[in-house]
Amino acid sequence: MGIIVNKNTRAIVQGITGTQGSFHTQLMLEYGTKVVAGTSPGKGGIRINGVPIYDTVEEAKEGGLANASIIFVPAAFAADAALEAIENGIKIVVIITEHIPIRDAIDLMAYAKQTKTTIIGPNTPGIITPGECKLGIMPSHIFQQGGVGMVSRSGTLTYEVAASLTRSNLGQSTCLGLGGDPITGLNFIDALEMFEADPLTKAVVLIGEIGGNLEELAARYIVDTKYSKPVVAFIAGRSAPPGKRMGHAGAIVIGGAGTAENKINALRDAGVKVAEKPGDVAQLLARQALT
Amino acid sequence: MVNAVKLFEYEAKTLLAKHGIPTPQGGLATSAAQATEVAARLKPPFAVKAQVLVAGRGKAGGILFTNNVEETERAASKLLSMHIKGIPVRSIWIEEKIQIKKELYFGITADRSQQSYVAVASAVGGVEIEETAKKTPEKVMKVSVKPELGLRPFQTRQIAKKMGYTSNRISELASIFGQLYNVGMNYDAELVEMNPLVETNDGKFMAADARMIIDDNALFRHPELKKRLLEGESELTPQELEAMKNDLAYVKLDGDIGVIGNGAGLVMATLDTIQYYGGRPANFLDVGGGAPSEKIALSLKIVLSDPKIKTLFINILGGITRCDEVAKGILEAKEKAGVAKPMVIRLVGTNEEEGKRMLTDAGIHVLESMDEAAQRVIEITRGGN
Repeated sequence: MGIIVNKNTRAIVQGITGTQGSFHTQLMLEYGTKVVAGTSPGKGGIRINGVPIYDTVEEAKEGGLANASIIFVPAAFAADAALEAIENGIKIVVIITEHIPIRDAIDLMAYAKQTKTTIIGPNTPGIITPGECKLGIMPSHIFQQGGVGMVSRSGTLTYEVAASLTRSNLGQSTCLGLGGDPITGLNFIDALEMFEADPLTKAVVLIGEIGGNLEELAARYIVDTKYSKPVVAFIAGRSAPPGKRMGHAGAIVIGGAGTAENKINALRDAGVKVAEKPGDVAQLLARQALT
Repeated sequence: MVNAVKLFEYEAKTLLAKHGIPTPQGGLATSAAQATEVAARLKPPFAVKAQVLVAGRGKAGGILFTNNVEETERAASKLLSMHIKGIPVRSIWIEEKIQIKKELYFGITADRSQQSYVAVASAVGGVEIEETAKKTPEKVMKVSVKPELGLRPFQTRQIAKKMGYTSNRISELASIFGQLYNVGMNYDAELVEMNPLVETNDGKFMAADARMIIDDNALFRHPELKKRLLEGESELTPQELEAMKNDLAYVKLDGDIGVIGNGAGLVMATLDTIQYYGGRPANFLDVGGGAPSEKIALSLKIVLSDPKIKTLFINILGGITRCDEVAKGILEAKEKAGVAKPMVIRLVGTNEEEGKRMLTDAGIHVLESMDEAAQRVIEITRGGN
């Protein structure tokens, strides 16, 4: 089980002929992910690592009976690539690409909502359901099958925590990277909702960072829904100086949210155990699961 | 970390004026002589405004009012020799002073939680707008902009009406709001605001001050702004600028432990961990994903250019980043730049064995745990006192 991706996921890789695209296709195949096709406009007809390459998603989807896509296309063209996937009926789209303009991301997410498409990212390490499917760029050896659902805004910090959970024999149901950009598809609340419904997930680790108010909203959600599974969190950025101000409008929209302190307080008030440093998450989780 | 591109007041006003938003007549000067030329073309009295990107300019004495050309020359000399919050004033904007009847506020910004742009408006504008929003939130309107619709004329008319305007003033004001939204979208602004947007004594609306912050990820659509960012003046220190040109995220802090890592979250957590154990980080530097050895070497150079640094903590968790490339970069920097400061290196992940071997062969000790490495670097930093 786990959420969003599993052994029935059949993925296409958009931007498969680039350095990152081809490298990670290889690693995903080695992990056992069913990569059924790739796209690269103008390069249709060849094969990379045994995967057939098409010019368009339309052809790739048909050829591989795909139900998910992972995008490595450069920032200026990534939103268009995601729209191509959506328009061809793909319902799970992972966008690895970083530096996508906010305006493009806003337009994309609005359309994804209309079409009920699940977008992960942009600027995400992707998603992994250990033992079943990796749709991303994370080093796979640090993960292990188990009952901890992980959701994070960060890449390498997620690896840090996942590796320490695995060392403590706390395996993961699914590990989901929301993406580090201001505008992303899925958010903490979406992930909490899905983990709540997933029978394999026994506890949730939430890794947030300064900026925005997604952690505060997650805290409110945990209270409002009387969330049933234990949640442990880490928030990066306690030591960060006050961020560069985004004008009056930014301050008005966000209110007091955004600082590590505000996020930590909101989560603690919601009954979430918040770790002082990444290395403490595993211990808090082990204690939570016992009580 | 995002290095948003802030525009100077005069740049923002020029863009607003191009889109048909009324702004006071004015001109730019970089010397007192030039200021007199500008003033001679305008109608007195004047507002003489330092062009700096830091907030709180007015309170710091960066805006002066003058009645004639001579006074303007003196005001210009004064401002051009000033530093505002440590930033030297390099240019000033001289404009016709407007007779203010009422100060309004109107801005557009991206709203993460709504995943849309949002228009923020108030009939009580001015420097206290954030206080107003906190104390009397009912006086500040927030109107979400549906991405598929944009900000529509009926919405801007509603805002104008709620601000208390009637008859043809409604569409006059609404059209200014609509134009500001267009400026924001055309230039990929993360923020564009008029504060104050002024109602003058003779019943006109005018953007008396304007701020604009551009999404740096969209600079490929605005080559003229990218050029200005890299060549022109900005808030960034030379190190921050060099880092940005090389796609490294660097923020200077005021401690004595230099920090290099990969991934913004991990680097932030590294700073937090150092602070947790009682140390003081000197900077934030994220080399990003998959950094080749040259980028690692350059990162060392940038971080070590801060004279306050006593020790260096390199924390790498290799996913796309390969540990052998990191090791190569460290050795390159050590050889070329003669890095003499003590280093603590935590290196795990892709090609970890190879990276460790390279460093150990060169006599550099490598640790595996972030907690242990943080404690070690603080110990060395203290020992060096």
